[in-house]
Amino acid sequence: MRFGIAVFPGSNCDEDAFHAARDVLGQDAEYLWHKDADLKGADVVILPGGFAHGDYLRTGAMARFSPIMTEVRAFADRGGPVLGICNGFQILLESGLLPGAMLRNRGLKYRCEHVHLRVEQIDTPFTSAARAGQVLRIPIGHGEGNYFAPSEMLQRIEANRQVILRYADPEGRLDDAWNPNGSANAIAGLCNEARNVVGMMPHPERACEALLGSVDGRAIFDSIVGAFRSADQPSPRLRRSAMASAEAERLALQPSVVGAAGNRHPSLSMGRSASLSAGRSR
Amino acid sequence: MIDPPVLERHGLTPDEYDRIVQFLGREPNPTELGIFSVMWSEHCSYKSSRVHLKTLPSDGPQVLQGPGENAGAVDIGDGLAAVFKIESHNHPSFIEPYQGAATGVGGIIRDIFTMGARPIALLNSLRFGPLESRGTRRLVEGVVAGIAGYGNSIGIPTVGGEISFEPSYADNPLVNVFCLGIARASDIVKGVASGAGNPVYYVGAKTGRDGIHGATMASAEFDEKSADKRPAVQVGDPFMEKLLLEACLEVMRTDALVGIQDMGAAGLTCSTTEMGSRGGAGVEIDVALVPQRETGMTPYEIMLSESQERMLLVVKRGRENEVERIFDKWDLHAVHIGQVTADGMLRVKDRGQVVAEIPNRALTDEAPLYERPMTEPAYVAEAQKLDLDALDCLAEASTLEDLGALDRSAKAFALHSVADGRARGLQPGDLNSVLLSILGSPTVASKRWVYRQYDHMVRTNTINPPGLGAGVVRIKATDRALAMSVDGNGRYCYLDPYRGAMLAVAEAARNVACAGARPLGATNCLNFGNPERPAIMWQFARAVEGIGAACRALDVPITGGNVSLYNETDGRAIYPTPTIGVVGLLERADHVVSRRFQEAGDAVILLGDSRGELGGSEYLKVMHDLVRGMPPALDLDVEHRLQTLLVTLAAERLMRSAHDCSDGGLAVTVAECCFDTSRIGVEISIDRVQVARESRMNVCAALFGESASRVVVSVVPDDVIAVLERAAAADVPARVVGRTGGERLRMGVGGQIVIDQSVDDAERVWSTAIEQYVAKRVA
Repeated sequence: MRFGIAVFPGSNCDEDAFHAARDVLGQDAEYLWHKDADLKGADVVILPGGFAHGDYLRTGAMARFSPIMTEVRAFADRGGPVLGICNGFQILLESGLLPGAMLRNRGLKYRCEHVHLRVEQIDTPFTSAARAGQVLRIPIGHGEGNYFAPSEMLQRIEANRQVILRYADPEGRLDDAWNPNGSANAIAGLCNEARNVVGMMPHPERACEALLGSVDGRAIFDSIVGAFRSADQPSPRLRRSAMASAEAERLALQPSVVGAAGNRHPSLSMGRSASLSAGRSR
Repeated sequence: MIDPPVLERHGLTPDEYDRIVQFLGREPNPTELGIFSVMWSEHCSYKSSRVHLKTLPSDGPQVLQGPGENAGAVDIGDGLAAVFKIESHNHPSFIEPYQGAATGVGGIIRDIFTMGARPIALLNSLRFGPLESRGTRRLVEGVVAGIAGYGNSIGIPTVGGEISFEPSYADNPLVNVFCLGIARASDIVKGVASGAGNPVYYVGAKTGRDGIHGATMASAEFDEKSADKRPAVQVGDPFMEKLLLEACLEVMRTDALVGIQDMGAAGLTCSTTEMGSRGGAGVEIDVALVPQRETGMTPYEIMLSESQERMLLVVKRGRENEVERIFDKWDLHAVHIGQVTADGMLRVKDRGQVVAEIPNRALTDEAPLYERPMTEPAYVAEAQKLDLDALDCLAEASTLEDLGALDRSAKAFALHSVADGRARGLQPGDLNSVLLSILGSPTVASKRWVYRQYDHMVRTNTINPPGLGAGVVRIKATDRALAMSVDGNGRYCYLDPYRGAMLAVAEAARNVACAGARPLGATNCLNFGNPERPAIMWQFARAVEGIGAACRALDVPITGGNVSLYNETDGRAIYPTPTIGVVGLLERADHVVSRRFQEAGDAVILLGDSRGELGGSEYLKVMHDLVRGMPPALDLDVEHRLQTLLVTLAAERLMRSAHDCSDGGLAVTVAECCFDTSRIGVEISIDRVQVARESRMNVCAALFGESASRVVVSVVPDDVIAVLERAAAADVPARVVGRTGGERLRMGVGGQIVIDQSVDDAERVWSTAIEQYVAKRVA
C-alpha cells in the first residue's frame, strides 16, 4: 500500500514516518508537500509531528489552511484512513476533523519519554492489529498534549467509543500519576465518528525498531497495512470493521491469540511477534 | 581623533586605534570603527588565545576539515563525514536565560548545516551555581527551556550532555552547545567568497537592532550594570531556522553555490569579511538592500546587528534563478545585496554611497595578536595541599541539613547509622549515608528532569538516549553509529589546569569508548575569566597544553571549537573550564553498550587501578565542603590502551554494560549501573587503599576516590576469562570485583561490607534530587 506523508514547512517527524512506512514496513511512501493539492494516490495519509507553521499562534492553527488539507479532508470524507501524530493530531483538532483541543501540558513543560498506552478500541484502521486492553509502550514528545473537550463533548466521545488509546500504568491501569500531560480522561488517542480518522499524541514511528527501545508502535502501522490487505478498497472494509464491537473482537481473539488473529488479519501475527520479542529483549 | 570614551565603549585600546589608523591611512568613520571593534573583539579575533590554540593537534588521516571553517569534519566511512562543533553562549544566557540558550542552539545548528551537513544530534554542557539558590533555579529553568524550545521545534534531538553545580558559576553560568551533522564527504561546503562578479545573497530573518555589539559584550566582564545589556541579547525563531535549514540544504544539492556562512557573532560584518578573506577576495554590499525589521537603521546598526537566523550566500553568476526558486518554495526571500570583488576589500555602501572601506586582511589575519603575560596564581600551591588525616569521614553528615536532598526515611536511617558508626567503628551500612548524599548531590544525581524536556528521540536514530553514558545515534542506511560525549571538570582544572584539561579529554573519549565507539576527533569550548589577568592567562595556557597532550596521546585531533573569555563578575572568575566534545564511530550500531547492568548473575569487572585519589573529588565537596588536593593522576598510555580495549570488547560483544568511573568514584559508578534496570542489585568487594592514618578515611578513599582510567563492566560468567585475557593482552589492569543480583547495593572494602542499601531507595534519592530542588521554588 502507499503511505502519503504530509510535509508542512515545520514538520520534523515526516522523515521518521517515511522511514517507518518504507524501510521498516516495506510499503510505498510519498511525501505530500503542503502547497500541493495532490495526495499522489496515497491509500493512507499521515500528518506527522513537528510544528507545522511555527505554531506561534496555536499548534496546528495555520496548517489547516494549507492546500493539502483540503485534499486530506475530502479523502477523510470518502472514508480514507488518516492518522495524525502529535502535531498532526493537533492539526486534525484545529481542522475540525476530530473533536476537542489541546492545552499546554500540566506542569507547563515539554515532556519526552516512553509512556504506556492502553488500547481501548480496536475497530479502527489504526488499532485493528492490537488487542483491546493491550498495553503499548510508545514515546511522547510534546509541550501541548493536554487534551481538552467540554464535558458534553467528552460524554459524546466516550459514548461513541471514540477514545482509542489512554495513558495508563505499565499494567494497563488508569492512574493519574501515569498521565504525563493532564489529558481529560487520560485520552492519548482519538478517532472520529466514522472511525477512519485517528489522532494520537504518542509517536508510533519512534517505536518500530528494537534498536530504538520499543517495537510497540508497529501495532499501529501493522493495523493499517492489515486493514488494507484484507480489502481491495479500504473504505468499505473500514466501515465493516467499524460495526464490529470491541467486545466481540476481544472474545474472538482471546483463546489462542496469535492463531485467531493471524487468520483474521494477515498482518497481525507479525505485529504480535514483534511485541513479544520486545518483551524478551535484554 | 575619536574620544577615549567612544573607544572604550567599543572595547578598543588606544594602541588598537592607532593600528586602525595605520591600516586605513586615515581616521575611521563611525561605521568603520564599529566594524573594527567587533572584528577585533576577543570573541571574533581570538587575539589573546590564538597563539596558544595554534599548538593544538588538528591533523590525522580521519580529519576532513580542521579548525578555521564553520565546523570541523571527520571521515566516518561509507563516503560520509561527521561535521561537528561546540560553542558557548554564556554571556547572553546569564542576561536572558531562555533566549540566550535558545539562540546558542540556533547558532551552532547553523554552523553545521552551513557546511552542507544535516544536523542530527545536539549535546550541551551546562554549569550553574548551587541549586539551593533561587537565582540559580531561575537560570536553570530558563536555560533548559530555551534549549528545549529551540531544539525540539526544529526537530534535532538532544541526545546527551552534562550539568554541574559550583559556586564559581553563580554569576557566570556556562552554556556550551554541541551539534553534529552528517554530510557526504565530497559535498562539504565552505564559507568562501570567490569569483569576482558572483552575486552575494542575503536570506532569512530581517535585520533588527537586536544583538548589536553582542560580540563586544561577550568580550568584557560583568558588573552590577550587566542586566542593562539585555538589548544585546538576540531573540530566536526556530521556525525561520527550520526553513533556512531545509532551503539551504536543498540549494547545496545543486552546484550553484560558491560558499555560504551564517551571520552569527558580529552578523553581516563577520560573514562578509570572513568569506572574503577565506576566498582571497573582496565583498561589496549595499546595506540599503538588506531587509530591515525596523525603520531608520544606520549602516552602523545594520552591519553590527546580530539578529538571528540569517545567512549570506555567494552564488555562481547565471545560476541566480535556480537558487531564488528554492528559497521561494520555502517562503524565504533571497535578496541580492552585493557581489564578490577582486580587490580584497570589504566595501559597504548605502544607496550607492560608500560608507565603509576596509581591507579584509586588516579585519581578519592582521587583527591584533597578544602574547599576554601569565603567572601561576598563588592559590594553586595552597589548594593542592590536602591533609586527609585531618578529616573524619563521617563527621560532616551528622545533621539533617547535610543530607540535603534525601527524603525523610532515608535521612532518619542515615543519621542513625552515622551515630552508630561513631560508637563502634564501621559496620555494614555505615557508609550508606555517604553514598546517598553523593547520589543526591545535583552534580551526580540523575538529570532526567532536564533531559525529558528535550526531544531526544526525533529523527528515530537515538540508540543510547541521555542518561546512559555517551549519546549514540545510528546512521540510517549503514550499519554504523556515532557516539558523542561532552565533558569537563572545573574543579580539577581549578586545582591543576594542565591535569584537569587532560582529564576532560580522557573522560570524553572514555565515555565514547564505553559505548563501544572508537574516538575519532574532538572539539573544545574554552571557558575562562579575563585573559588580561596573568593568573587567568596562565590557567588558559596550561589547560591548552593539557588538551594538546591528551589529544595527541589518544589520537583525537581538535577539529575546531570556540573560546569564551571574560567569564567574570566583579573580578571573580569562574573555575577554568575547558569543555571537550569527542565523537567516535561504532562499526555496528547493534553492538552499542550502555551503563546499565543487563541481568542478574553477571560478573562485575573493574578495568584500571584504584589509587584512592580524593583530590578535587565529589566526596570531599559534598561531605567536607572542600575543593582541595591534586586531581587524579592520568597516565595517557594506560588511558589509550584502556579505550582500545573497550572498543575491542564491544566489537566482540564481550561486555554487556560499561560505565566510566568519574564523579563520586567506584561506589557511585557501580550504583548507577544498577539504576534504570528494573532493580538489578550488585555485590562488590574491593581492596583497601592506604592514603591516611584513619582506617575509615581509607575506606572512603577506596569507594569514592576518583582515580582516572577506570571502567566498570559487566560480563556474562562464561566470558570472564576471555575479558581478563583481552585485558592482560592489552596491558590493562582488570579484576573481577563482584556480581550482579539481588535488590541491594552491597559493597565491601577489605572484606567488610560497609554499604548495604536497597537499590530502590538509592535510586529514588538519585532520580528525584534535582526535581526536589527545583520544586522548592514553589514551596
